[in-house]
Amino acid sequence: MFDWKWDFAFEILPRLLWATLNTLLAAGIGYGIALVVGLVFALAQRTGNRPLTIMVRECVEFIRSTPLVLQIFFVFYVGPQIGIVLSPWTAGMIAIGLHYASYLSEVYRGGLDNVPKGQWEACKALNLSPTDTYFRIIIPQALPPSIPGMGNYLVGIFKDTPMLSVIAVAELMHAAIAVGSEHYRYLEPYTLVGVIFLAISLPTAFGVRWFERWVRQSLGMGKQHEN
Amino acid sequence: MVRFANVTKRYGPLTVLDALNLDVNQNEIVSIIGPSGSGKTTVLRMLMTLEEIDDGVIYVDGTPLTHMERGDELVRANNAHLRQMRSNVGMVFQHFNLFPHMTALQNCMEAPVRVLRLSKEEARHRASELLEMVGLADKIDQHPSRLSGGQQQRVAIARALAMRPKVMLFDEVTSALDPEVIGEVLNVIRQLAGEHSLTMLMVTHQMGFAREISDRVCFFYAGNIAEQGSPDQLFGNPENERTRQFLSAVLDAG
Ligand SMILES: Nc1ncnc2c1ncn2[C@@H]1O[C@H](COP(=O)(O)OP(=O)(O)OP(=O)(O)O)[C@@H](O)[C@H]1O
Ligand SMILES: [Mg+2]
Repeated sequence: MFDWKWDFAFEILPRLLWATLNTLLAAGIGYGIALVVGLVFALAQRTGNRPLTIMVRECVEFIRSTPLVLQIFFVFYVGPQIGIVLSPWTAGMIAIGLHYASYLSEVYRGGLDNVPKGQWEACKALNLSPTDTYFRIIIPQALPPSIPGMGNYLVGIFKDTPMLSVIAVAELMHAAIAVGSEHYRYLEPYTLVGVIFLAISLPTAFGVRWFERWVRQSLGMGKQHEN
Repeated sequence: MVRFANVTKRYGPLTVLDALNLDVNQNEIVSIIGPSGSGKTTVLRMLMTLEEIDDGVIYVDGTPLTHMERGDELVRANNAHLRQMRSNVGMVFQHFNLFPHMTALQNCMEAPVRVLRLSKEEARHRASELLEMVGLADKIDQHPSRLSGGQQQRVAIARALAMRPKVMLFDEVTSALDPEVIGEVLNVIRQLAGEHSLTMLMVTHQMGFAREISDRVCFFYAGNIAEQGSPDQLFGNPENERTRQFLSAVLDAG
């Protein structure tokens, strides 16, 4: 049915695998940004400072309800018009990082809300500082229930990296398009892209599930919260 | 040691404490009894600074708890003052509120290390002594999820004591427990009471226990103290009609 050419597929595979490294790098950096900035977004909404809370919440809402590809274009092409010139990589990482930070902040928020009120009161009764309360007591408990959501977005950010090809970040999709247009053959490169994505996404999803169990165990917590 | 001066607490239109006056002397053991909703928990929570005060002043060791003296005026206290004052008070909760991701020992070491800046060694020493005192020497490395309710509550008592508070608050600390483990928790409190080196405020529904260990019992009704006195007087010869009704209802039920 298709005229699949194995020799062509093997010929382009190394080039695609190289590009995969960039994809992994982009997903890794983007996710790193999202993890940290997402936590900042989540905590900023809990400072008790009304204007800050509202501003951050509106930003998060705005980012969540507009398409990622638009945000990538925006950072890359509109930035220079207001004097901010960014390389494709930098612009791409900022856009995808902030995009997923918004989603992760909601995951964190859910996790934080999940921690019983009594835990906060115990911290206060023991006179723990706000920083110790968050980082020693609350966040460790908010983490395990957040891991499935965090894992979904790890796979999500990885699957969204092809959008970076619109500003010519040399990731896997970009390489496949280039290979295809050089050889006028698209079947093999795109199929390989799909296979490579699948080969990475599936184990990642399993790994996340395993990781959640491991974190719960090493924090000494069973499936459910105690009080 | 603790003084409530005309303390009022409202939740919206609901006045929960109505110009409450209450004095607790150093090392005195005061039990608070009364019907549900009469404001017993609120008294403890305000003393622990878990609730804000609407009117009046609470003094701990002569110093206003949530206010600062500026000239002749009392102004709302800043965080530094609150933290300073809070260190005088420890609280044990109905639902324990242990940190589930930490072992019994870690639960008792956390605040001494982080807040009192004890060395790990000192904190470990102090924590294991206290856990031993509450009868849990063999459980120090267990997480709360592996402990029974009675054991968890004893860890919670040790955790509060590790901060060396001057005043300890107990809010119905046996209400969430199975009947067969209530005794082991009461024994720990009994032992603390026997040492008479700690001011204790205890909200309880255990009338027999209150009568046994208290120096004084306060009967709360509708946000105020309707009657107070020595245990023998309050339980044996209550003067207030409401106290009598409450006691007979509780004793009938129990
Ligand atoms: N956060 C809150 N918001 C609104 N109302 C509250 C709040 N906390 C307590 N109340 C109300 O304040 C009143 C006194 O509550 P409190 O918990 O002090 O009662 P209590 O004497 O401890 O009762 P119980 O024996 O049931 O524990 C109750 O009517 C309660 O509904
Ligand atoms: Mg109560």
